[in-house]
Amino acid sequence: MDLTQLEEGESGVVVDIQGGYGLVRRLESLGIRVGKKVTKVSSQFMRGPITVRIDNSQVALGFGMARKIIIRVAK
Amino acid sequence: MGNPNVGKSVIFSRLTGVNVIASNYPGTTVEYTRGYMRLGNEKVEVIDVPGTYSLSPTSKAEKVAVEMLKQGDLVIDVVDATNLERNLNLTLQLLKDGKPVVVALNLWDEIRHIGILIDAEKLQEILGIPIVPTCAITGEGIKKLVSEIPFAKANERLEDVSIKSVTGIPLALVSLYVVFNIIRFIGEGLIGIIFEPIFENLWAPLIMRLSDFLGNQGFIHDILIGKLVEGKISFVESLGLLTTGLFVPLAMVLPYVFAFYLILSFLEDSGYLPRLAVLVDNVMHRFGLHGLAIIPMMLGLGCNVPGAMATRVLETRRERFISATLMAIAVPCMAQIAMIFGLIGKYGAQGLAAVFGTLLVVWIVLGVLLNRLSKGESPEIFVEIPPYRLPYVGALLKKLWMRTRWFLREAIPYVLFGVFIINVLYSLGIIQFIGRLSAPVITGILGLPQDAVGALIIGFLRKDVAVGMLLPLGLNLSQLVVASVVLTMYFPCVATFAVLIKELGTKDMLKSTLIMISSALIIGGLLNLIL
Repeated sequence: MDLTQLEEGESGVVVDIQGGYGLVRRLESLGIRVGKKVTKVSSQFMRGPITVRIDNSQVALGFGMARKIIIRVAK
Repeated sequence: MGNPNVGKSVIFSRLTGVNVIASNYPGTTVEYTRGYMRLGNEKVEVIDVPGTYSLSPTSKAEKVAVEMLKQGDLVIDVVDATNLERNLNLTLQLLKDGKPVVVALNLWDEIRHIGILIDAEKLQEILGIPIVPTCAITGEGIKKLVSEIPFAKANERLEDVSIKSVTGIPLALVSLYVVFNIIRFIGEGLIGIIFEPIFENLWAPLIMRLSDFLGNQGFIHDILIGKLVEGKISFVESLGLLTTGLFVPLAMVLPYVFAFYLILSFLEDSGYLPRLAVLVDNVMHRFGLHGLAIIPMMLGLGCNVPGAMATRVLETRRERFISATLMAIAVPCMAQIAMIFGLIGKYGAQGLAAVFGTLLVVWIVLGVLLNRLSKGESPEIFVEIPPYRLPYVGALLKKLWMRTRWFLREAIPYVLFGVFIINVLYSLGIIQFIGRLSAPVITGILGLPQDAVGALIIGFLRKDVAVGMLLPLGLNLSQLVVASVVLTMYFPCVATFAVLIKELGTKDMLKSTLIMISSALIIGGLLNLIL
């Protein structure tokens, strides 16, 4: 599943980023990379941006970007 | 939570009054204990857990602690001040877990005996969480610790609700309403209590004496003091350098600018703006922008110049063009807003609603149009959301002072120059001449008297002075609304224009200018027909 399908408050681990080198690097600069635990903080109506928590920071990212981040839900 | 044998249980007892056995060896507590304490009017549950060195448990007791962590809304991390480095390891892990943390730097009395110095404030700064030195045995610091708990909790709750659509949007609207009223309250208060009395009671008699000395008329009198209204000085209508030239920037505009920047600086430092950007992201995408473009718009409400510079945070040239054009057309600066308040406010709220409502509609419609008409797509928002912080008063005041000083330095010379130019142009008959030339547009389309062209000319220099110039024309309410809207839209003031050329380049600025002039005429004409 991807980041947009995660429920609010649910956590998961990033397993893949389905994008080019540019996207991967951009996400990495704000701490989103494969192997990282992310917790969804909020989503907005009508495919609005997704906010996630990684470590001790929060990042908001567009719906399209979030869809390229593949997540495995932590059990 | 905390390492074993740091005094967690003693602090627990202090907080809840529940007696638990505490002794001086690691592992005294192997089970958790629940207790309750009062926090204001609320009863909150406090859980004492076994000590652990890390969140990866190695023993049963540690496992209990890590399991309990999930239940908590807030963690009080008890740290042994005499063993800071090892203890902070757990603190860092707790921070990574994401729950709000308050650190009790316990055994504070001990470190003095063994000669350790800890800069608790510095540590607080580095970790970004409240750190309270305590001595649980004597009770020192416990009160302070309690006072930090609701703060950290409230912070966290706000952080969550302010970024979710369901709660965040109403919260944003309420904040907007509150902010607007605070600005008006401070602005009107400063004017009524300080600035008007100073001008009316101290400055007016002085100027009146000067006027008598100059014989109440003549060229120099008109430049310095302007025309007397019924034998008296009218600070708004006289249009002299020493009367209107000082009164407009200082007593009508400065109080609102001050109030606006006070609130804006607070919002900037609190961490709210990026959350607002997330909430409005959807709307901004209709304009071909993304949420962050709300920041130049907000800054533009203070002054269009910093607003235009702030478009640099946007990634593409297309976004910068759309946001700069939208801001220059539909976002009036505080100086102009203050003058519109002064001019139209006395007719009640509906005149103001007509002006700002029209501008809002223009902002939306033009945004959608620009998005359709310009090639390309809008990139997605990608921004870090900082934690909420209570702004540091010193830094806030410094920023406020810098911005206010910048306003005074930029505004006063331009206002004085503007007032001077009006007087010269009037006495040479140039304004009357242009008025006759432009009568088909000014009177025909906009329904304004020919003299209003003077305000449009001065609007290139300073929009606040231009709005002030409408007063002596004796316009009715609908004419005032038309004139205020057109003055906002038709062209940016010279300072903004200069920055926009630099930011957009000459070609895009030319496009932008054409859009401004034509949309001002269309909207002004429509308003004239409707009102």
